[in-house]
Amino acid sequence: MRAYLPDYELRVPKDLEEALAFLANEPGMWKPFAGGTDLMVLLEAGKLEHTKFFSVWNLAELRGIEVTDESVTLGALTTYTEVRRNSILQEEFPMLCVAARETGGIAIQNRGTIGGNIVNASPAADSPPALLAYDAELELLSSKGARKIPYKDFHTGYKQMKLRDDELLTGIRLPRTTKSLRHYYRKVGTRKAQAISKVCFAGVAKIEDESVADVRIALGSVAPIVLRCEKTEAVLRGKSVDERTISAARAALINEIAPIDDIRSTAKYRLRVAANLLEDFLKTVRDGELN
Amino acid sequence: MSETNSGGREFADRTVPVILQINGIKHELQLEPRVSLLDALREYVGLTGTKKGCNQGACGACTVLVDNERINSCFALAVQYQDREITTIEGVAHSDQLHALQAAFIECDGFQCGYCTPGQICSAIAMFEEFKQGAPSAVTEHLAETEIEFSEAEIKERMSGNLCRCGAYVGIVEAIREAFDKEAAR
Amino acid sequence: MSSPKTERRFVGKSVPRKEGRDKVTGAARYVDDIRFPEMLYGATVRTTSPRGRIKEIIFGENVPWDEFTIVTAKDIPGENYVALILNDQPYLVEEFFNHTEEPVLLLAHEDKFLVEKARRSIRFEIEEFSPVFTIEDSVNKREIIWGEDNVFKSFLVDKGNVDEVWESADVIVEGEYLTGAQEQLYIENNGMIAIANHEDGVTVWGSMQCPYYVHKALIKLFNLPEEKVRVVQTETGGGFGGKEEYPSMIAGHAALLSWKSGRPVKIIYDRAEDMAATTKRHPSHTRHRTAVSRDGKLLGMEIDFTVDGGAYATLSAVVLSRGTIHAAGPYLCPNVRIRSRAVATNAPPHGAFRGFGAPQSIFGLERHMDKIAKTLGLSPEEFRRRNFIQEGQTTATQQVIHEKVDLSGLMDRAFELSGYNEKREKFAEQNKSSRLKKGIGFASFMHGAGFTGSGEKYLESVVGAEATEQGNVRILAASTEIGQGTNTIFGQIASEALGIDYNLIEVAKPDTSNVPNSGPTVASRTCMIVGKLVESAALGLKQTLVGSGFLKDSGYTSEDFSNACRAYIEKHGALKSFSKYQQPEGINWDDEHYRGDAYGAYAWAVYVAEVTVDPTVYEAHVDDFVAVQEVGRVINPVLATGQIEGGVAQGIGYTLYENVVWRDGRMANNQMTNYIIPTSADIPPIRVFFAENPYAYGPAGAKGIGELPMDGAAPAILSAIENATGVSINHIPLVPESLMEELETETI
Repeated sequence: MRAYLPDYELRVPKDLEEALAFLANEPGMWKPFAGGTDLMVLLEAGKLEHTKFFSVWNLAELRGIEVTDESVTLGALTTYTEVRRNSILQEEFPMLCVAARETGGIAIQNRGTIGGNIVNASPAADSPPALLAYDAELELLSSKGARKIPYKDFHTGYKQMKLRDDELLTGIRLPRTTKSLRHYYRKVGTRKAQAISKVCFAGVAKIEDESVADVRIALGSVAPIVLRCEKTEAVLRGKSVDERTISAARAALINEIAPIDDIRSTAKYRLRVAANLLEDFLKTVRDGELN
Repeated sequence: MSETNSGGREFADRTVPVILQINGIKHELQLEPRVSLLDALREYVGLTGTKKGCNQGACGACTVLVDNERINSCFALAVQYQDREITTIEGVAHSDQLHALQAAFIECDGFQCGYCTPGQICSAIAMFEEFKQGAPSAVTEHLAETEIEFSEAEIKERMSGNLCRCGAYVGIVEAIREAFDKEAAR
Repeated sequence: MSSPKTERRFVGKSVPRKEGRDKVTGAARYVDDIRFPEMLYGATVRTTSPRGRIKEIIFGENVPWDEFTIVTAKDIPGENYVALILNDQPYLVEEFFNHTEEPVLLLAHEDKFLVEKARRSIRFEIEEFSPVFTIEDSVNKREIIWGEDNVFKSFLVDKGNVDEVWESADVIVEGEYLTGAQEQLYIENNGMIAIANHEDGVTVWGSMQCPYYVHKALIKLFNLPEEKVRVVQTETGGGFGGKEEYPSMIAGHAALLSWKSGRPVKIIYDRAEDMAATTKRHPSHTRHRTAVSRDGKLLGMEIDFTVDGGAYATLSAVVLSRGTIHAAGPYLCPNVRIRSRAVATNAPPHGAFRGFGAPQSIFGLERHMDKIAKTLGLSPEEFRRRNFIQEGQTTATQQVIHEKVDLSGLMDRAFELSGYNEKREKFAEQNKSSRLKKGIGFASFMHGAGFTGSGEKYLESVVGAEATEQGNVRILAASTEIGQGTNTIFGQIASEALGIDYNLIEVAKPDTSNVPNSGPTVASRTCMIVGKLVESAALGLKQTLVGSGFLKDSGYTSEDFSNACRAYIEKHGALKSFSKYQQPEGINWDDEHYRGDAYGAYAWAVYVAEVTVDPTVYEAHVDDFVAVQEVGRVINPVLATGQIEGGVAQGIGYTLYENVVWRDGRMANNQMTNYIIPTSADIPPIRVFFAENPYAYGPAGAKGIGELPMDGAAPAILSAIENATGVSINHIPLVPESLMEELETETI
């Protein structure tokens, strides 16, 4: 036997206030525990450093999908299954639904949460590239108050993020500005289902008069963080999608990302596939085949 | 946390009362918070039909139903499932009468070694529910439609979280179709 | 003695599995489902570097060591080796070690969390020696790490005179082929429970394929008489070869801890330990040099086949033997020389995995046959057809094929069912303009059933049949049910032989105190070899009943038979019949020259794979698979089909997904999330067809089947990928990263 469940403490706060109090009273000591789909793996491998957790699974305040004219806000505990089944998300944020459908098997989708996927901060996570491409904004809460931060500024380095020790991620806000966009999402992971991504590409673009009026591109598994590729976007903006633009964009992307060799894949593969996906994305949105 | 609080025995003072509702029976347990739902079922309640394959959510052998939804019980902490209706393979049949899926698995040879089978069957039961609710999967082409075709591709995708190394997938898909058709015919 | 040959009531029918109900209700008891009072949990402390000497063991602080049972090599009452072939692998390291997962000491405690904490706290003071990790380094003796030359075993097969063909040959084609390791990945991890003490001896319960292998190993380890050792198989959640030899190790460890502690001890491996420490398929390297005539006839084959055996000899010699004999395939060639060897590296020992060396050498051969065809300007199928072996011709070991073999016919059938010819044309046209590239390819091959050469003769397997008080017949054999259908097949064979109802046949659980040694459950031998013994043991039972006047010779009902059993038992107490293997006449094998009748029978097959290659992400996916084979008579079509489908699924994994990432002789991706096996979504429709040609010495005409399907997928898929992309690839696993390297020659 190798699996190792170290001693740890798990509390079940009765409401959000009590949960925030855990964080406020002993900052840095307590971590939230939601669906467990990431934490249990680390825990059982003996790789989880923290020993004090509080379960947020039953906090109703963090559940639900709220829709206004301007935005859709997902509670941090929204599961992949809930994302997958939501008709507004299906219509306006299809990449997020595809990401949710391709995250593990359905049993995992019933437990895994969008909020957990963000704060676990894995560069190989499936939904963050889609969230980045949709210009998501995060809602953070502590006993001192609430604040918002653009998601693209949130991750700062491998497993590093702008989340204070006393803060909890409560919601993810998506602006409803996607109607005129074309969406392209592709997760690459050796087998068809139940894979951990080796490269994940999410891109949206608006094509006007055969040129790129707007474009947002994000990739997973190609850098220490899930990466919004603004330099590549800059190369594309205002250009018509021809071979020259594609080749310039490929070159820009290759400079912008920094993949590594690991047990799942090679840097070489990730680099080339990322560039291939960019090309496929551009040709697809140009030729009007919507994802 | 002191270094000596490591064993279950020494750790006894850290246990919490947990009430689990399993296959219609209430079990009052005293568990450490670190005990997974899978271990609670197998080691504390004695329901060993649910299997441990990888203990990291990758194989699906531990699939159980919670309020008719499937989850990997190795991922879940028992304390998070107080007062929910948990169904394991032992609770699937009605006394001597096998569940339609159990019967179909035998008839269509939907298994060989049988180790992944409890998870496969629980998973398939939940899948029927999902179909009834019109929940789309990764291969559903028209997301907005509520009637999803019970196709081979849909079954394979929806069952992809349950690995079978014997490779009895052909029989598994056949068994699921057969049971689904029987249920639809009723 | 009459046997009901004409009326086949149970053979050929798909009766349901005997253990089916228990398996779908969760009632089946696997080893981890069993608990004894006062039981301790055991753990194995292993080496952490590939080669060296242990100078000191350092026990960590903050662990109540006085509460633990700790076993080292010094505690072993008998011999410190896992008895198998060469007896070179220790149960516990004494001083020197040869791979990163070698057991050094054993711990047991009633608290399993604490055992794990204790295990993690132990450190070794080590003197490191220079390790060897590759076949090449081992062959070149970069270091001598085993014996005098790193070679566990070598074989030479020589037919005709291959040295004379090169000069006159029209064309000579050379090639080099590589296959990787493969993890069996049964979903149930390995595990054992032991109760051992001086008074009662040693009893173990666990997941295994070969109870008498474990039995033999425990006898040596404890230096006990055989009746003092008892081995019981629990329900086993898959084996595929992976539970052939390693269970002897775990059983020994659990028993040593129990012997010392005086309490029952359970050792269950978790996935990470099972993947890293237990055996995998041997990686291999094959070199071919082939002489052919302009009109496409094989003139001479020179084959060099090497497998990586890991740190200890274990089963490498026999894996190598099967790989060697299959290396020249189902083709006629007058001059063949096969040189083969199994060499040592500082990795955990490689072991049995479905196919047992044959998938490796067949992969090399079939890729090479495609290469030769291309060189000659012939289609791959036409080149095969000109060389398929026929009845009366000889194999590489000069075995004369006495059965009607029709590989061309199997090929016709496979091509027709898969639409091979039409698709070849259609894809060539489509691929010109489409982004996704489609292709179709095939492989033709054979697989010998039963032990190689004289193996079965030496095994002298025995099967028993006994009448029960309820009037049933119980089969007594050590052959294990591991999902492949042993219980069901034995039931069918016996009911067929006796002409009684299938439900009257019971199959005893393998327990060495109760069943005779019917040999290991390996080598596609259970149906053909052991099944034949089941048939004759059952007939022996009947003979006694008839001879003693309790039963008519024929024209009886199942009820008559049951009544006869009960009456006999009432009068005489018990009724048992045993049957021992006798080699059919005319089978001759020369072990010294590796010449003669290598196997009693072969299964023959042609498999066709259809693939799509996505050049954006370099993934290949199998869209359709047709498996056509001749396996003698099929006893249970549904179970047989399941065997083929399962083997093909594992073969698809072997080819496209399953990549063991080695770092310093250790598997680095030893998690199910990172060692990728196919899911239901990755397996295409597998269409299975049997051509039946009854084999005279098999039960009701059956031959072996279990391993065959593992051989064909890899070469068929790579042939299809070549058809799709135009690129000929000579190695597996062909994961997307490798396919990219093959398809993209320019740097980015």
